[in-house]
Amino acid sequence: MATRIEVATTVFDTRSAVRKTKLADFPFAKKIKQLHIIDVYTIDKPFTKQELENIASRLCNPVTQKPFVLTDKNASLPMENTAFDWAIEIGFLPGVTDNVSHTACELIEDLLKVTFSNSENIYTSQITFISGKLTKNEALQIADSLYNPLIQRMHIKSQQEYIKDHGMNIVVPKVTLQDNPKVTEVDLHVSDEELLEIGKKGIKNPDGTTRGPLALDLTFLKTIRDYFDTLGRNPTDIELESIAQTWSEHCKHTIFNDPIDDVQKGLFKSYIRAATEEIRKRKGKNDFCVSVFTDNSGAIAFDDKYLITHKVETHNSPSALDPFGGAITGIVGVNRDALGFGLGAKPVANFYGFCLADPRKDIPLYRSANKQQPMLSAKRIMTGVIEGVNAGGNQSGIPTPQGFISFDDRYRGKPLVFAGTVGLIPRTINGKPSYIKEAQSGDYIVMVGGRVGKDGIHGATFSSEALDSGSPATAVQIGDPITQKKMSDALVKEARDMGLYTSITDDGAGGLSCSVSEMAKESNGCLVELEKVPLKYPGLEPWEIWISESQERMTLSVPKDKWDSFNDLMKRRGVEATIVGEFTNTGRCIVTYKGKTIVDVDMKFLHDGLPVRAMTSKPVTVNYEEPKLAQKTNVTTDFLQMLERLNIASFAFITQQYDHIVQGGLVLPPLQGKGRVNSDVSVFRPVLDSQKAVILAQALYPQYSDINTYHMAAASLDTSIRNAVAAGGNPDYMAILDNFCWCSANEPERLHQLKEAAKACYDYAVAYETPFISGKDSMFNDFKGFDKNGKPIKISIPPTLLISSIGVVDNMTKVVSLDAKNAGDLVYVLGDTFEEMGASEYYAMLSEKTKKQIIGNSIPKVDEKKNSHLYHSVYKAIQNELIESSQSINHGGLAIALAKTLMGGMLGAAISLDQLANTVSRNDFALFSESQGRIVVTVSPKNKKAFEKAMEGNNIYLIGEITKTPKVTIKGINKKIIVSTTVDAMLESYRSTFKGY
Amino acid sequence: MKPKVIVFSGYGFNCEEETKFAFEAAGGVADIVHVNDVISGAHSLKNYQILAFGGGFAYGDDTGAGNAYANKMKNHLWEDLIKFIESDKLILGICNGFQVLMNLGLVPAINKQYGAREMGLMPNETPRYTVRFIDLKVESKKSPWYKGMKEFSLPVANGEGRLFASKEVMEIINKHDLIGARYFKGEMSTYLNLPANPNGSIEDIASITDETGRVMGLMPHPERSMFFTQLPNWEILKEKYKKEGKEVPEFGPGMQIFKNGIAYFR
Repeated sequence: MATRIEVATTVFDTRSAVRKTKLADFPFAKKIKQLHIIDVYTIDKPFTKQELENIASRLCNPVTQKPFVLTDKNASLPMENTAFDWAIEIGFLPGVTDNVSHTACELIEDLLKVTFSNSENIYTSQITFISGKLTKNEALQIADSLYNPLIQRMHIKSQQEYIKDHGMNIVVPKVTLQDNPKVTEVDLHVSDEELLEIGKKGIKNPDGTTRGPLALDLTFLKTIRDYFDTLGRNPTDIELESIAQTWSEHCKHTIFNDPIDDVQKGLFKSYIRAATEEIRKRKGKNDFCVSVFTDNSGAIAFDDKYLITHKVETHNSPSALDPFGGAITGIVGVNRDALGFGLGAKPVANFYGFCLADPRKDIPLYRSANKQQPMLSAKRIMTGVIEGVNAGGNQSGIPTPQGFISFDDRYRGKPLVFAGTVGLIPRTINGKPSYIKEAQSGDYIVMVGGRVGKDGIHGATFSSEALDSGSPATAVQIGDPITQKKMSDALVKEARDMGLYTSITDDGAGGLSCSVSEMAKESNGCLVELEKVPLKYPGLEPWEIWISESQERMTLSVPKDKWDSFNDLMKRRGVEATIVGEFTNTGRCIVTYKGKTIVDVDMKFLHDGLPVRAMTSKPVTVNYEEPKLAQKTNVTTDFLQMLERLNIASFAFITQQYDHIVQGGLVLPPLQGKGRVNSDVSVFRPVLDSQKAVILAQALYPQYSDINTYHMAAASLDTSIRNAVAAGGNPDYMAILDNFCWCSANEPERLHQLKEAAKACYDYAVAYETPFISGKDSMFNDFKGFDKNGKPIKISIPPTLLISSIGVVDNMTKVVSLDAKNAGDLVYVLGDTFEEMGASEYYAMLSEKTKKQIIGNSIPKVDEKKNSHLYHSVYKAIQNELIESSQSINHGGLAIALAKTLMGGMLGAAISLDQLANTVSRNDFALFSESQGRIVVTVSPKNKKAFEKAMEGNNIYLIGEITKTPKVTIKGINKKIIVSTTVDAMLESYRSTFKGY
Repeated sequence: MKPKVIVFSGYGFNCEEETKFAFEAAGGVADIVHVNDVISGAHSLKNYQILAFGGGFAYGDDTGAGNAYANKMKNHLWEDLIKFIESDKLILGICNGFQVLMNLGLVPAINKQYGAREMGLMPNETPRYTVRFIDLKVESKKSPWYKGMKEFSLPVANGEGRLFASKEVMEIINKHDLIGARYFKGEMSTYLNLPANPNGSIEDIASITDETGRVMGLMPHPERSMFFTQLPNWEILKEKYKKEGKEVPEFGPGMQIFKNGIAYFR
């Protein structure tokens, strides 16, 4: 019989106060008087009353909290003497990761010297007591806003029921599975329709239900059938599942690899990898790439002693269903891409990016007909993903300096969640290059970290498809950063340098099936004994154990003679490590379960057996109506409203909650200047006794895809480089990463857009000599469901390309922040301004104002020669300390870059744009054009000459001066005042959008 | 001989490398030691003069920040800790380390009653993790950690930093000189135009010591203002120093805490 221990806070609890403010949007919010939050531990293990009292005293601080041990009906209840109306208890569903429970179990085991058996556990939950005369329906609406039914359970009681029942009910959400694991054969000699059904919905269970998507199409299934025909047998369920994981779009990136039109070698090899190869050749002895595209992250040289690695992942599909879980597993998952680089890199910085729908609009969507399976609101997705990265990054002790948010209503069905990690690794470890790893035949296959449960099954195949009603809930999971932190420290701070393993990789998509078979390539074979894999609870089917994506695990190859030392170290660090098999050189991937062989496939077939599917694309031409706009004489209102745009406004509330200063190396912060303005770039030192630093930036222009994806990609690449250069990045020492997030990538038109974007990646990367070192794509970011009237609806994201840049700064004090520093400093625009308004943020604002879509056609084009020259000049000027402040011009154009400079410094300016009259005919265009290749800088008058000399050969425009009084005056192309405002007014607009978040 | 510092690690602490760096830059020698290696006896507190619990998320803050790690220490190393304090040595707890010290009852430990929990560190007023620079005014007259210090700037980075105690306890800690430092509107909160108190802490308190002053905990991170370039306005200060013909410093104001700790044994 389980016992509840409830912990009440006896003094003012800010958690309750904040939860109350979160309910303020409800029409009945005024009736809510007070909330009380009580934390509950349901202990499913027998203890004496005295032991329970002892445990309870250790679960709280007596100064601020009081425990209640509810052993029997006479025990006093936390709320029996306090008035309230409704009690809402929220806990986890069976099998969902419960981190507080882990800690509580460990705490009790250490305190009482006992062990929790496999079937004993603690389950945590939280009760929110509400006082206020609400109807049950209203209370239920509140409850709905507090929990996610995919991962949580909810119980509600009125005060009378609470008293009558003596509190809330005891609920033990134990996972109970039929403990009768079986392996079945799958007959693929069926009709094409049935094959398609297997591919789409998964293998059929005896009861007629299906196991979830394999995401295998007809060609793939037939190839598999033919292969097993040559073996003279049907595949087992686990073999089919295993191949589906390995061949998934998520793992194999067939769309990027297969031939398309005349691009025989596919987009990746022809455009992305080819660019890097070309650049490395050109750079010759100045080539700084060390490991590109082959490992979990890409790596460049940091200095003589270290490499830095970078990788950016997406976690879109899981984040749509459970934003918190999706984002936290996104960030801790990509941390493992650093840990899994070479022999293990230490994570030294996190990166995040969220593409979301307007959180202020509530537009209901459903995954199935008749208003079933509602999607979470845009606001809940937004707050969830933000909290997920908060929990994952902060608890892991990895700084999160750099990130962005981007909005478009087409992200309503599927948000994009980008998560990246920079790692640091010595160039050599024990005398050998650290980036080379090789599992040896005879090494143990060792699984380290968390245990395996049903969570995360079909993650890889699920994210290779559109989101719809069949998307499996088990694909959703919650991360456990502390389990991973313990593992991470034990591996990269100890075991790695002791030489205790020969190879390592991350258990991510596809779980063991992918990590083991991937490493088995190094030795050419593996033999896994699946029953040895430690489970969270008994009863998992073998195929589930093999493909589960349960988090916080790495797979290592440990030489037999190192196992004792390795295992001893892991035990002392509180990390579970288990031998689950052996690497072999048999050329086969063999898995046994309790002595019986259940997988036996050729390594070659497993990895390279998938058929090539040539694709054909079809060009799309668009021609939008050019807006007819009246000339404007006063643009002040537009200027201030632009600062309020979701894509421009301050998101300091996110920056401030992500620890960006842990590890002690931050140099250029994500919020800059007195005005705490969000920067596009940050700089940090990964090695505290070195003057060298790492610079990080990124860019994306998804709206440009509406006009032309070639120029969209060019602008993303140019801006990503420019953002870094503006702060002091060296254009000759910069690498980039690509994240293609596309939609409907089986449609010829979308494929054409993809091809164009990839081609631009080649052209501009080569022109700037910025090599791609790593990337990731996600091809089906579509939502297929129903709108509020039950009508079928498909929402596809705008084709999105995120380009992240990473560079090495030789002297960390030669970097420049965005804020104007001194009154009297001169303001320059570097680079030319054209009337390139197509798909601009300004047009988006006009669209909203006029309720008529304005896109235009004049998308910004990138002049790589001119820009490259400018970027080199700017780099030199910063090295010579000639620039006081610097802000790259991107979304919202010159006006916004200038605003950031002034808000950052809390200083005014007198500006005149008359010099731009040669290329621009309208004031609003001069302010808001998004022409590429431009930077706003301020320069001390004493450096005017030297600066202008340093800028020779570039088009630069002196547009004004910083003033002490915080008044901002901008004269237009005709020298008449077009903007007149104050820095305070600008800051108020800039900060208004996310006020209260 | 350089004073020896033991910096505890394990279970989610995450600032041990920079804390070690700070003590070594200040003239000490620091070892990062996993708590389990102290419990097993592989490392002994006897060999060290300074014990530091750095920042982090021990046990993910589950059951209250610092609580589970404190329980582990209490279960296994309580006597060693008391002996350490009794032998005129120093203990420092930063952020999560402060939360551990408080849950262990090593601060404020009124009348040297070590082990009694007299204060709590609760969720911030906006119960969300907050990172920003603040300014401290030193209150303690006796703590060697704060020797010679008056005001200095450093950042906070925490979710549960709001100090709370009863009226009675507050009276005593004021009277007994157990308040290490308070938040005040100084250079950085003025520069950033932010309120002095970042989390609603009672009486603006950021730091508490024991009766000896040798055990000290603080919520803000001195190791995160140990370098000049960690200051949010370092570019402006660099300009200013250059104009005045002064050298641009390598270290920042937080370094003094670590220097003071080392100096105690010199």
